[in-house]
Amino acid sequence: MRPFAYQRAGSAEMAVSLAGSSATALTLAPVQFLAGGTTLLDLMKTGAMAPRRLVDINDLADAHGRIEATPGGLRIGALVRMADAAADPTIRRDYPVIAQTLELAASQQLRNMASLGGNVLQRTRCRYFRDPSWPSCNKRAPGSGCGALAGVNRLHAVLGVSDACIASYPGDFGQALAALDAAVEIVGPNGARVIPFTDLHRAPGATPHIETGLQSGELIVGFRVPAGPWTRRSLYVKVRDRASYEFALASAAVALEVADGIARTVRIALGGVATRPWRARAAEIALTGRPIDEETAWAAADAAFAGAVTHGGNDFKPELGRRTLVRALIEAARMEV
Amino acid sequence: MARSSGDPTSLSRRGVLGVAGASAAGMAAFGRAKAEAEKAGGPGAASIDLTINGVSHRLAVDPRTTLLDVLRERLGMNGAKKGCDHGQCGACTVLLDGKPALSCLTLAIAVRAPVTTIEALADNGALHPMQQAFIDQDAFQCGYCTPGQILSAVACVQNAHAGSDEGIREFMSGNLCRCAAYPHIVEAVKQAASRMRA
Repeated sequence: MRPFAYQRAGSAEMAVSLAGSSATALTLAPVQFLAGGTTLLDLMKTGAMAPRRLVDINDLADAHGRIEATPGGLRIGALVRMADAAADPTIRRDYPVIAQTLELAASQQLRNMASLGGNVLQRTRCRYFRDPSWPSCNKRAPGSGCGALAGVNRLHAVLGVSDACIASYPGDFGQALAALDAAVEIVGPNGARVIPFTDLHRAPGATPHIETGLQSGELIVGFRVPAGPWTRRSLYVKVRDRASYEFALASAAVALEVADGIARTVRIALGGVATRPWRARAAEIALTGRPIDEETAWAAADAAFAGAVTHGGNDFKPELGRRTLVRALIEAARMEV
Repeated sequence: MARSSGDPTSLSRRGVLGVAGASAAGMAAFGRAKAEAEKAGGPGAASIDLTINGVSHRLAVDPRTTLLDVLRERLGMNGAKKGCDHGQCGACTVLLDGKPALSCLTLAIAVRAPVTTIEALADNGALHPMQQAFIDQDAFQCGYCTPGQILSAVACVQNAHAGSDEGIREFMSGNLCRCAAYPHIVEAVKQAASRMRA
């Protein structure tokens, strides 16, 4: 690991001040925030990330480490740990898709450590990115090419890909936030702002090293999840190579409002198949106003993967993704809420 | 674990290997100098306070030093194992505030919570019920993952996740066992759970 200086911030304002600003993309910036460290330390050990200074934000837990539920929705602090949010009784009852994305992710140790702010920013598992002994990775070394396009790409994305990058977004919690129209609370050098979660991550395009719309020095301090008649009828289906402690090959977060057998509101986000948390709006439109059965669910799934682009190793993903979504929709429609 | 005795006949396997290695390489003096430098923490070192198994430790560390390396290389507590060093295997599991955490992905300088390691589990030589259960149920072969397994297992029971085989398997899934003793580990957790609750 490269040497770095270590500082602790006592408040979000102090963290932002210590982070300063840099002209480089956030992922390559010389100062990084440290919360759980489960992604950052790992990548600093492989050499994929080499910050010169870490600003430890764990002391912000007093101000930004709580879960607050109101009739209008949830406010979840960015320093809440995955395990604590997954175990929260209100989240489990009223927002089951959030609890499921968290408890189906990682291991108990990682869930105890990882913060939710860090979770949504976790970096891809693409091995060409993680291991700097591979010469080509546009995300790690802009302009160096993409080793995965013609390489081992079984785990890679099929939606939102570009000629520069097909790395899959690895998270689960992000799919729940995308499906539930959550917002992200951000503080930065120019003050505080709130943006839709679906605007946080960027498709790779020609600049896969720019992963979010966060500006230099900005810090995520919390998430807002609006209440709605669809949050209780929500779930997460995750398909993976082993039953626990594995990233998704394909996953679907679904929230439905159903009245008289008709889908009034449909919210769908897909994981394991896309370069960013992926809201499947075409699928939502295909299903809204219709009864939910195998036929309509398949039509929605076809719409969700209409734009899929595969690269050999991941040729199986559109079909697996469609089946995953169909299962999630049917199971959500059958939920007793 | 009796490994700090002054009795030469009680030299541990690790101690013998360490002495033999240094002599063979003729590096004893270098080793001492390196130890002194490490004691001071090296350039950029910071002073930190850790509470480990109820005992306070003040030491100087390079900011890069993980909790795992502090335990093993600085404090001589070799129970936590370095398996993958990337948070994937669970061999380095310790308890922070009673919750399982990966000491290989934890910077020592960032630790605020009290640390519990496998060394603290036995009570004056009497095995913890979970340790005894792992022996009774034949829940290990090579034993390398066992300290991490046992700490996760203790937390599994204490945090009320041991009510079903499925609950145990999910809670323990971050502790890999390449000898594949998994079915016996589940049995050990169940055995210890009833005795820990009693």
